[in-house]
Amino acid sequence: MTTVGREFRGTSLTGLLVKIALLGLTAALAVWAIVPLIGARAWIGVGAVALATALLFWIYLSPKRLPLKYLVPGTILLLVFQVAPVLYTVATSTSNFGDGHRGTKDDAITAIETASVTQVPDSPVYDLAVATDGDGDLVFILSDPATGKFFAGDAEGLRELPATAVHKGLSGKITEADGYTVLTTAQAAGRSADITALAVPVDGGGIRSNGLTKAYQGVASRAYDASCDCVREPATGKTWTADGDTGYFTAADGEVLPQGWRVSVGLENYTRVITDERVRGPFLSVLWWNFLFAFASVLVTFALGLGCALALHKKRLKGKAVYRTLLVLPYAMPAFAMLLVWRDMFNKDFGLINTLLGLDVGWFDGAWTARAAVVLVQLWLGYPYMFLVCTGALQSIPSETLEAAKIDGASPWQSFRRVTLPLLLVSLTPLLISSFAFNFNNFNAIQLTTGGAPFAPGSSQVGATDLLITYTYRLAFGGQGAQYGFAAACSVFIFLIVATVSVIGFRRTRAQEEVYR
Amino acid sequence: MRAKIVGVAVAAMLTLAVSACGAGDDKKGDDASAKEPGLVIWADDKRAPVLESFKAQFEKELGVTVKVEAVSKDLQANFVTASQGDNAPDVVVGAHDWIGNLVQNGAIDPVQLTDPQKAGFNADALKAVSYNGQIYGAPYAMENLALIRNTELAPEAPATFEDLVADAKKLKQDGKTEELLSLQVGQNGDAYHAYPLYASAGGYLFGEKANGDYDPADLGVGKPESVKAFEKISALGKDGVLKTSIGSENSTPLFTSKKTAYLVSGPWAIADVKKSGIKYDITPIPGFKGMDKATPFLGVQSFFVAAKGKHKAVAQEFVTNYVTGKDLAKALYTADPRPPALTAAFDEVKAADPDIAKFQAAGAGAKPLPSIPEMSAVWDPFGKAEAAIVGGSDVTETVNGAATAISGAIKK
Repeated sequence: MTTVGREFRGTSLTGLLVKIALLGLTAALAVWAIVPLIGARAWIGVGAVALATALLFWIYLSPKRLPLKYLVPGTILLLVFQVAPVLYTVATSTSNFGDGHRGTKDDAITAIETASVTQVPDSPVYDLAVATDGDGDLVFILSDPATGKFFAGDAEGLRELPATAVHKGLSGKITEADGYTVLTTAQAAGRSADITALAVPVDGGGIRSNGLTKAYQGVASRAYDASCDCVREPATGKTWTADGDTGYFTAADGEVLPQGWRVSVGLENYTRVITDERVRGPFLSVLWWNFLFAFASVLVTFALGLGCALALHKKRLKGKAVYRTLLVLPYAMPAFAMLLVWRDMFNKDFGLINTLLGLDVGWFDGAWTARAAVVLVQLWLGYPYMFLVCTGALQSIPSETLEAAKIDGASPWQSFRRVTLPLLLVSLTPLLISSFAFNFNNFNAIQLTTGGAPFAPGSSQVGATDLLITYTYRLAFGGQGAQYGFAAACSVFIFLIVATVSVIGFRRTRAQEEVYR
Repeated sequence: MRAKIVGVAVAAMLTLAVSACGAGDDKKGDDASAKEPGLVIWADDKRAPVLESFKAQFEKELGVTVKVEAVSKDLQANFVTASQGDNAPDVVVGAHDWIGNLVQNGAIDPVQLTDPQKAGFNADALKAVSYNGQIYGAPYAMENLALIRNTELAPEAPATFEDLVADAKKLKQDGKTEELLSLQVGQNGDAYHAYPLYASAGGYLFGEKANGDYDPADLGVGKPESVKAFEKISALGKDGVLKTSIGSENSTPLFTSKKTAYLVSGPWAIADVKKSGIKYDITPIPGFKGMDKATPFLGVQSFFVAAKGKHKAVAQEFVTNYVTGKDLAKALYTADPRPPALTAAFDEVKAADPDIAKFQAAGAGAKPLPSIPEMSAVWDPFGKAEAAIVGGSDVTETVNGAATAISGAIKK
């Protein structure tokens, strides 16, 4: 056996201890995660946790399976933080999940029935004390202030109690009732769900608690009928039938009950993106500006960042640290607040830019001034980052290479163009691509500055500076509340666009790397 | 060696696993020792501290622990999400125009108020929290826009909007002010602040059903009345009375720095105005000459009972029998001076604070902010249309565009 092999076999004591601690921690995490999952009867989740834990132990308790030891942690994180959200988004995109369609059908039925409970006209409002009988079942001890009569009510019905059996405290609250145990507020609060569920059956409805000290006679005017899969309103004879396609109860005259439930709508959200005139119409104009915005943002920040880095890359320059700190300052400020500050600086009548330059430009009123403004803001926010990465990359270029170019008679421009830039790009292109992908979906940069403005008259849906993400956000959340299903379908489309661009970009980088290897 | 590693690892695993369980048991033990389950209240960061200061009293009188949680951003959306995920609070404090959305998501339950309780509330406030024939919250404060005027610059309250513009122009000509009026529009418009003028000129957003509810089938935007109303707004834009460069961020500062004599805003602006030391008066927003009154929207802050809360009976007790009391209404007024919805509390505070009665007078005839879910489709297109028209775009084309966008979003 070689020395190398032995080193892998024989584990050091520290390594062993770390391994035991980490595996122990894994097990603890697994137990911590699995207990609530079992409680919630989420068997798929339980299976996934158990499988992942077993896999980790199988891999790390063996001296073999070396490649897996390196691959598995990263893979698990990739699955959890990348693949799972993407799958969840895709799954959501085939449903009508959103406001009005959040829960299950049972949730909707409960909500409809609860919302239809009204007080019976001219019925008494009782003073209530929550009590239990000998078996621990809930009983409402009721007193009718109008007649002074006392009652005990439970799921069976209402019985009148003799006035002598009920005792009131000084505040007029019922404190004792013979044969029953009156609960304290705290005890009653502990049985909150039972109290809410109890309706003492009486003629024309049920006596329900209203809090812990009052009760009223209420009647649910609507009820679900499983035989017709519909909601009936006996008073008017109207019915709303469940529609599994839309997730609503719909009446014959087209009226829908507001409380719906989540159903699968297949590819409807996708076809809506493609066929809806409101989406499809402006799509291309938004898309090309989106590309231009992302491209321009990367280009101008990279150009300025690189320029600053080159200027500060002189060995003899004094006070480099001060310059660098000053240049990085915008990067250190919260972008969120800075975007709002910039928005106010571009204000036509009161903004700093117009006041300072003596201009009267409605920056956000014209398509191209607004576009220039948002790119300018991007430049200010983004160049420090490019400056930092360029400074780093410049320092990694061997000075011999540049000296060799100098000796060969290259002008400073030639040596920059032919030597420095290509070498920089090899290491920086992946960063530029990710910067492009980030800016492609840079929601805040638009939403917090122009909000998409300017909008053409007659079109409040799409503005000249709208990116796909701000535009689809307005469509998905600006209508009747949030439409997560539709929003997810839009995200999938944007994801496909960004992924395609990134793949092409990375392909080209690889080709470039081959050249300079 | 291998067996040993396995053995030690398994032992360590068991120890940690047992301690993990132990930790869980401890937690349960704590809960059990605390015994009474708590009432959880969500409010925004302004109201949470007020409720927090009442915590000890709530706990004493209700006999349960109370936990007040401040949700500073997107309270409504967070509440709906929490309700869906089984983490709902028991009580939520919010604006009445959330009701439509909260009801369609099954997030809140109706509140059964007794007739004497109902009688204690301002009738407009009670109407605002009613939806589909049910009352969905206990109202506690009302708010609406009014005209706030610098009385040193403009001693007379204008009777009509034309008077206001004439007085403002004179002030500007005399070099006393720089802006005619501070009514926030912003780059992308502001439907809430535009509404009083729109209403005065005859426009409406939704028609009303026989029972007084808003009717989503009758959309007023795009109707001839709305075009006429926006023509008035367009004229104000051309005249420099309305400007897109005045938005939420600079409308109050313009007034407090005396650059304009007139501000259209609500009770929330008063704290800043008082701080600036300006002498001011609050009057109704004047309507256009010979046209309707410039009625603002009425907003009502309310307590809601969460449908998915774990202590619903306690929450009902709190909202129906406790919040409806005078003391809490007064305390909430002190923290954030807006007219209390409880008439008894209103009568008490108006003696000490004349602004309260003036705001209420300015809100006479105010329409409740529509709480139907369809309203959320109106805000954005309506605001954008306003901004475009103030900026000088063609009125008919812009209004029709907004109408198409709104009805498109309502139909889904």
